[in-house]
Amino acid sequence: MKPFVVEKAQAGQWLKDLCDTFDIFAPLPSIKGYHDWQRWDGSNLPVVRKGVPKSSIKAFFFPQPEVLFQFNARASNPDAFRLKEPTCHPKPKILFGVRPCDARSVILNSIPYKSDPYFQRKKEEIAIIGFLCEEGCSTCFCKWTGGSPVGKEGMDIAVIDLGQVFHIEVLSDKGEALVRPQFFREPADQEISEAKDLITKAQGQTLEQDAASSLRSKELMKLYNAPFWGKISEPCINCGTCTFLCPTCYCFDIQDETLRGKGRRIRYWDSCMFPLFTQHASGHNPRGDKLKRVRNRFMHKLKYFPDRFGPLSCVGCGRCVRECPVNIDIRQVLKDLLAT
Amino acid sequence: MSSLNQKITQEIQSIAASMLESGQVAAFLGYTTGTIPGVMQPFVARNAQDAKRLCWNSFCVLNLANYLPSLLKSLEPPRRRGEPPPEGPLPKVGVLATGCWSRNIAVQIQENQVERQRVVIVGISSRGMISRRKLETAVGYKEIVHIEEQDNSLLVKGNDFEDTINRWDVVRDNCQTCIHPDPVIYDELIGTLNGNRKIPDRFRQVEKIETLSTDERWQWFNNEIASCIRCYACRNACPLCYCPTCFVDDSRPQWVGKSIEPADTALFHILRAYHCAGRCTDCGSCESVCPMGIRMRLFTKKLQKDVLELYDFEPGLDLDTPLPLSTYKIDDPEDFILTHIKKGDKK
Repeated sequence: MKPFVVEKAQAGQWLKDLCDTFDIFAPLPSIKGYHDWQRWDGSNLPVVRKGVPKSSIKAFFFPQPEVLFQFNARASNPDAFRLKEPTCHPKPKILFGVRPCDARSVILNSIPYKSDPYFQRKKEEIAIIGFLCEEGCSTCFCKWTGGSPVGKEGMDIAVIDLGQVFHIEVLSDKGEALVRPQFFREPADQEISEAKDLITKAQGQTLEQDAASSLRSKELMKLYNAPFWGKISEPCINCGTCTFLCPTCYCFDIQDETLRGKGRRIRYWDSCMFPLFTQHASGHNPRGDKLKRVRNRFMHKLKYFPDRFGPLSCVGCGRCVRECPVNIDIRQVLKDLLAT
Repeated sequence: MSSLNQKITQEIQSIAASMLESGQVAAFLGYTTGTIPGVMQPFVARNAQDAKRLCWNSFCVLNLANYLPSLLKSLEPPRRRGEPPPEGPLPKVGVLATGCWSRNIAVQIQENQVERQRVVIVGISSRGMISRRKLETAVGYKEIVHIEEQDNSLLVKGNDFEDTINRWDVVRDNCQTCIHPDPVIYDELIGTLNGNRKIPDRFRQVEKIETLSTDERWQWFNNEIASCIRCYACRNACPLCYCPTCFVDDSRPQWVGKSIEPADTALFHILRAYHCAGRCTDCGSCESVCPMGIRMRLFTKKLQKDVLELYDFEPGLDLDTPLPLSTYKIDDPEDFILTHIKKGDKK
């Protein structure tokens, strides 16, 4: 499909028009100061800043918690323990201002979740308006993980910010449903060439290469037994900051919650950094110390996942690098693994 | 690096190297530089070569006492559960300690988590550590790519800006209101002691919240924790949190729900804070590590104030005064029990 442009002055109107059918979420300043995903109230056009917002978009795909089903837990009730679908039917959502790394995370997560009806339904209901990155942050490393600052994987619409106008490329049927011709026009030649230049410039910024194939070719046990895991894991405090902010950490736990006869089964985020993650009913814990847990997190992302599915389970957004309280840097781990 | 930090760093490196070389300690717990500006990495030096990597600046925000119990344990020869420790002295650990860190080590000693004779405490009087969140706010959340610390200012650089920031303006709230910057117990000292500071309104942040009505306080509390992702960084960065199984991880019974339902999150934060009552030294580790910028330190600060008012006690100032909430006396007053007052019972 041919690209469009929308004047920034018109873009707010376009989004407002979409508000009737969709709930729009965008990275907006939170009460804490930083930008994070929040519902757009339809006032000022959200400003998409450089880099990624605090949280990833995974909470839209893996709600915290996801209600799998509901039931009545009183044995005397004729409906007791009959499973019912959760009742809420939310409006379809638009995520506005998704960076290429976050958009790609949806594609990567949908590999292991390809038969999961809950995830797949979210994927159908959520449209992604992505913003290509003219400039990365110092903690970004998407090219290393097989992505690109101007990658469009996972987006329904790709936007390039040209200053006065947004250059818009529609990439899917879901994206086409968001087109409102009254706000769009054809791009001028100059705008097309500006967009092209920006892409060329962004692509040339980093020279890193996708590490997936080199890591796949390495012998698994050699990496597993590598001597550096002790040093890497020593400062770890076993919190879940890295896993919970990570767009491609998708592990969960399931629990039944009952209160006054009403029950529900929920799926909620779990973290391989927590000892409870692998605790057996017998009391044995195969990953009882932090070295094993830290190793598992990185090996899962950088070796087990690529061995099984091809790409790394990391999009290089740099959130873990930015937020780890003890500065465990996945880029260093990547270097160590590649050098082994 | 500022001249002060340079001097301290050199002294740390030489003390650590000599302790490790002489075999006085098997490991030395300090900090090394990180890969991004404004974040340091806790670091265990095991030989003189490692000691050269030790470093000191105003970004050492995580309380090192947090690592002590597990590090000491890891140095003991392996033995089966229930087996007595081997005879003779066990390997020692050298550890850096500012005022609050040393007080937390004192609490750990009192609570039998750390043996005094197994730690060699290297004291440093703290000038206050910097809050990364305050710094980010000061530059309008633009990306910081370089920080140069001077004695009283910070030169902060981004790709499109450069800013000089007064150091004290971005020092953490707990450090700004700290009256005990000097180490309380120590074996070696780096630099000089600066004496207790006088801060008449050190509970001002708490007092401000205390003036609110019950509903407003509840509202404030819920707003504060609304962004919590339950990563437990606050719990895990806390030197008081050493329980083998935390109450949030218990499954029989399960005390707290697991997802980020507001009631569960609130329960977690309330219980976590109460577990720290009478033990918390306001080191600020919890708040510094929170990725979501929650000021959970204010919850424990309120309890610190209560314990001070009710028991005239501040934890970790010496090894002999027992901790008030783990001590029982037959003639303990009961007038602090709130139900008493609520019912209007007059004694």
